[in-house]
Amino acid sequence: MKKAFPILGLVTAVLLSYALYEALVVAPREQTMGDVQRIFYYHVPSAWTAFLLFFLNFVASVQYLVRRDPKTDRAANWVLVAVAGLSCVAALVVKLVPDLMQALPQGVEVSSIASTGPIVAIIYFLMRRYFSVEAVDALAVTTAEVGVVFCTVVLVTGPLWARPVWGIWWTWDVRLTSTLVLWLIYVSYLVLRRFSSSGQTPVLAAALAIFGALDVPLVYFSIWIFRTQHPQPVIGGGGSIDPRMLHVLLLNWLAFSCFAFLVCWSRYRLERATREIEETLALEALLEPRNALR
Amino acid sequence: MSAPTGITLATLKKDIRLEWRSKDALNSMLFFALLVVIVFSFSFDPVAEESRQIAGGLVWVSFLFAAVVALNQTWAREMRNQVLDAYRVSPAPANALFLAKAIGNFIFVCILEALMTPLFIVFYKLRALGPAWQLVPVAILGTWAIVVNGTFFAAMSLRTRSREIMLPLLLFPITIPALLSMVEATTIILVGDPSTSAKFWIVLLATYDVVFTTGCLALFETVLHAE
Repeated sequence: MKKAFPILGLVTAVLLSYALYEALVVAPREQTMGDVQRIFYYHVPSAWTAFLLFFLNFVASVQYLVRRDPKTDRAANWVLVAVAGLSCVAALVVKLVPDLMQALPQGVEVSSIASTGPIVAIIYFLMRRYFSVEAVDALAVTTAEVGVVFCTVVLVTGPLWARPVWGIWWTWDVRLTSTLVLWLIYVSYLVLRRFSSSGQTPVLAAALAIFGALDVPLVYFSIWIFRTQHPQPVIGGGGSIDPRMLHVLLLNWLAFSCFAFLVCWSRYRLERATREIEETLALEALLEPRNALR
Repeated sequence: MSAPTGITLATLKKDIRLEWRSKDALNSMLFFALLVVIVFSFSFDPVAEESRQIAGGLVWVSFLFAAVVALNQTWAREMRNQVLDAYRVSPAPANALFLAKAIGNFIFVCILEALMTPLFIVFYKLRALGPAWQLVPVAILGTWAIVVNGTFFAAMSLRTRSREIMLPLLLFPITIPALLSMVEATTIILVGDPSTSAKFWIVLLATYDVVFTTGCLALFETVLHAE
């Protein structure tokens, strides 16, 4: 495993520089916006990565709380299986009833309804299989921290693009505001982790992450009522995109994902090592008085 | 009367009696809200038409700030003489305690709102042009939204260093949708534009309350026993 780290680092570096070249040179110039549109190749992949990391943080937080008790652990497993099954059933029902099919919002497809539940379940069970309870908490720290970094990139590159294109730095539109609130919630999550006493940090932080996850749909819905100014999502939404641009975008996303994975990996190892050292020191402190008595 | 409601009532009665005798939370809240009102009126000095537009925000922001003052004290009271530890080892259900605290805070913040609203009306020359009765559900649902999350996060920040600062840091980001709904609903009612209705925001506020009350009740025991 340790050998894979530098190899992955090298692959990431190559991918990132190639993706940079593609984004700046190869990708076609946007007709109306001009070169400023190229920031899109950083903005969108960062956003996807940040949301993915926050989602992983939510799964890890739920898992940390649930797995402390075998009873809730078993119940959660069944809930996950039920979620996977239900989403397939829901997709089938939508497919069979034409009225529902028509009522689907733009960009939502039957296949995405069918795959959401199973994907969530697979992520949950993979995490459960490969991470112990303590490791899941370390994973939660890692994903929250790296997620905040990527979310910051999104919030910085967004206004940089908006100023020349919209003529304003910021607007209280649904996507912008929800992303900002998500960022705020996760910053408060990190502050809580920093300030709470060590033994209780994981539980309190996990509870806050769940509250944050409850909050985000409400934030989105409440601001949705104001007319949205953000461009429609170009993939699976109302917008359309040149296939060459899509190619560059996906390449950049791959590079960013590799980069995020690399950073997460090293942060995770650092977190585990820190905890191991803390435990050893605590153990030594416990043993010391006995040694002194001898 | 089943046992949990009995415990809730007993704790609630105790809190109200304590508050009645000391008036710690209420006095500090009232004075704080009064200061906020006065500071705001210095910084804006609005005419009646403008103040209608901004009053919803002013009122709710000052109530939110004032509520934080009271919320910070709810659990601190239980820290003296290790009362909270006694709760933790007792077989009493954690949620009964949580509900008692939340209802107690709800009552205190409601009293604050009842006392401060006339002041707002006088200082900002307010008069609702829309259906004023709708302000009642907005106030009740909004106050519960602030208080239920506030009580939960106050219990959470109890275990942190610099806990007084911690509560608003945790509470404000999560309260944003509720605050937005309260402010929007209040502004719509005050301005009284017939083309818009506050109903959407009231429903949203009710949804927020249901979601977060459930969340708090589901997680409170875990947070209380966090070790």
